[in-house]
Amino acid sequence: MAFGAFSGETVVIEQPRRRSRAALWLLLPGVVYLAATYLAPLVSLVVTSLKTPDLTNFDIGRYQYAFEIGNYGHVIATYWPIILRSFGYSALATIFALLISYPLAYFIGVTLRTYPLWQALALILVIAPFFMSFLLRTLAWKAIFADEGPVIHFLQSLNILPANAHLNGTPFMVIFGLTYNFIPFMALPIYTSLERLDLRLLEAGSDLYANPGSTFLRVTVPLSLPGVVSGTLLTFIPATGDYVNASPQFLGSTQTAMVGNVISDTYFNLQDYPSAAALSIILMVLILIPVAIYLSVTKTEDLL
Amino acid sequence: MAGASDDSGADLELVGITKQFPGFTAIENLNLTIPAGSFFALLGPSGCGKTTTLRLVAGLESPTSGRILIGGKDVTDTKPHQRPVNTVFQSYALFPHMTVLRNVAFGVSRRGIPDPLGRAHEALRLVELDHLAGRRPAQLSGGQQQRVALARAIVNRPALLLLDEPLGALDLKLRRQMQLELKSIQDEVGLTFLHVTHDQEEAMTMADTVAVMNRGEIEQMGAPEELYELPKTAFVANFLGQSNLFTGPVVSSGENSIIVEIAGTKLEVPKERAQRHSGTVTIGVRPEKLTLLTTRPVAASGVNVLGPGVVTDVSFSGVSTQYLVEMPGVGTVTVFAQNMVFGPVVNRGSEVWVSWTVEHGFGLADDERLEERSEAV
Ligand SMILES: Nc1ncnc2c1ncn2[C@@H]1O[C@H](COP(=O)(O)OP(=O)(O)O)[C@@H](O)[C@H]1O
Ligand SMILES: [Mg+2]
Repeated sequence: MAFGAFSGETVVIEQPRRRSRAALWLLLPGVVYLAATYLAPLVSLVVTSLKTPDLTNFDIGRYQYAFEIGNYGHVIATYWPIILRSFGYSALATIFALLISYPLAYFIGVTLRTYPLWQALALILVIAPFFMSFLLRTLAWKAIFADEGPVIHFLQSLNILPANAHLNGTPFMVIFGLTYNFIPFMALPIYTSLERLDLRLLEAGSDLYANPGSTFLRVTVPLSLPGVVSGTLLTFIPATGDYVNASPQFLGSTQTAMVGNVISDTYFNLQDYPSAAALSIILMVLILIPVAIYLSVTKTEDLL
Repeated sequence: MAGASDDSGADLELVGITKQFPGFTAIENLNLTIPAGSFFALLGPSGCGKTTTLRLVAGLESPTSGRILIGGKDVTDTKPHQRPVNTVFQSYALFPHMTVLRNVAFGVSRRGIPDPLGRAHEALRLVELDHLAGRRPAQLSGGQQQRVALARAIVNRPALLLLDEPLGALDLKLRRQMQLELKSIQDEVGLTFLHVTHDQEEAMTMADTVAVMNRGEIEQMGAPEELYELPKTAFVANFLGQSNLFTGPVVSSGENSIIVEIAGTKLEVPKERAQRHSGTVTIGVRPEKLTLLTTRPVAASGVNVLGPGVVTDVSFSGVSTQYLVEMPGVGTVTVFAQNMVFGPVVNRGSEVWVSWTVEHGFGLADDERLEERSEAV
């Protein structure tokens, strides 16, 4: 058939590449900053994690330089159930935050698009909690869910909870607190993706026989994936290391301790610096593994 | 719907369609029937409601009132994905996260028709783009994207294909080639094409039937030659090519023709070519139908003469030369003369007469005095 006339015009669009010395100089402050704030503490952390107790000074908290790899085996053997729990709580909180944030972000970024004033207001409401310290907000939840508080009373009056029930200190409260505290971190990146979504593509989907559900799964979701990936990482990584929500002073109890609580405990109370450092490094490596798998599965470099 | 994917195309019928946006009526009581298998062009200036009309047919907007029938079936209340219609969008709207192949296979997959990828390859071969099947839309040129959009719609063999200024982004040469390609694809697949454009030349070269749309209403509809030779309104007379228009009272009405007086000169128009036969009327004649004369012609029946006037501008454009003649009391008259001899026949400042055969004149339906003079500039 026809069209031969244009078959010659094959346009290959190359990513523009620039090389210049100026770019390297501009990179310098960033490199120095990273070296100072990331590399130095990391080296110090690794060195600390390999120390052994100081044999010449038996005071608590005195350690000497060594190469004691056994510290790692020791903390894993002691704390693996807590490490596992941390990942479980964090994964659940990430899933709940995603389930709540996606519809919220869709509503603000797509449904409210024709009402810019309402859209701005809704965005402010999502950010509003940041105006108050998250410690105070988490304590407020502790009061709301207290044994003598309104929520428990209400649920007891409906016979949903037994007379001696309590919520604070349970895994439910810790996961609730994590979910609550990380919703803005999940919602904002997803909003950013959905706000840019070209609605004409959804029209094209419906024109091509896709029902609304199918259009959502095949067009909306893939195009908002970059936001979902950022939001998930911004929630999962800090939530796994979080030590506020799970601590007994806030929503948790000793039964709900997460790895952050253990690190804080071994460091401040036991002054067992090598164990705290070893746990921190284990946590870091364990987070990197699922994140790397997640990123390779969602192939963000293709989507961003 | 899957059942409607037969290869024959279907009639489209718009019955009394009105579409109002808040505070604005985009379409006013539109009635239109497009027979199955035809190539129909909707022609009109930007903002006249062409895209809105297509969106109504595709189901992306719902009419304020009126019914839409496709192949005799009322689809007014059905959702877009249930209509046997595909659109080549003005913006292409290709899915950026899918390859060209997946884009084209999308509609076929959704309908559960077997071998979507095979069919997509076939459609891509039709538009000569199969070798780029693995690319993303962002890696294609504008013209290539446009052909992918076309393949993505045609692969579904819709009863009705809607094209919203699909050639708008192409340069002139590519556009002319694509017009011929589209026409031959339509011949080949035999579908009903509803093609929207603001380019009158495009509409005339491609379509069997052209409807000229203005301010949400269809002014005139017919075969391209018919619209050109016998425009019924000043809008059509000037939107489709150029026209010389004159307004004056009908001074006498004979058996076959009316006589209209323009600035003291009596001009004759055949009755069957005039929409109105009394009162003040606007009559017209195409610039290429005029003959330029340097001496007052002898009065003859069957010929209208206007003049004398003064040539104010001569512009040479290859095959023809355009003369602007200032006629006292009438205005500027445009004449296109074929370049049969070397150089212009007359020069600026010459005194000339123009004449035309009575059969070439036409009378318009507009009853107001024209607000805008002939656009012939
Ligand atoms: N969603 C809408 N809301 C309000 N006015 C609209 C909307 N869509 C189109 N219009 C108006 O309707 C008129 C026709 O638009 P359109 O059909 O896009 O014109 P065309 O495609 O012929 O250029 C324009 O004046 C446009 O401003
Ligand atoms: Mg348009």
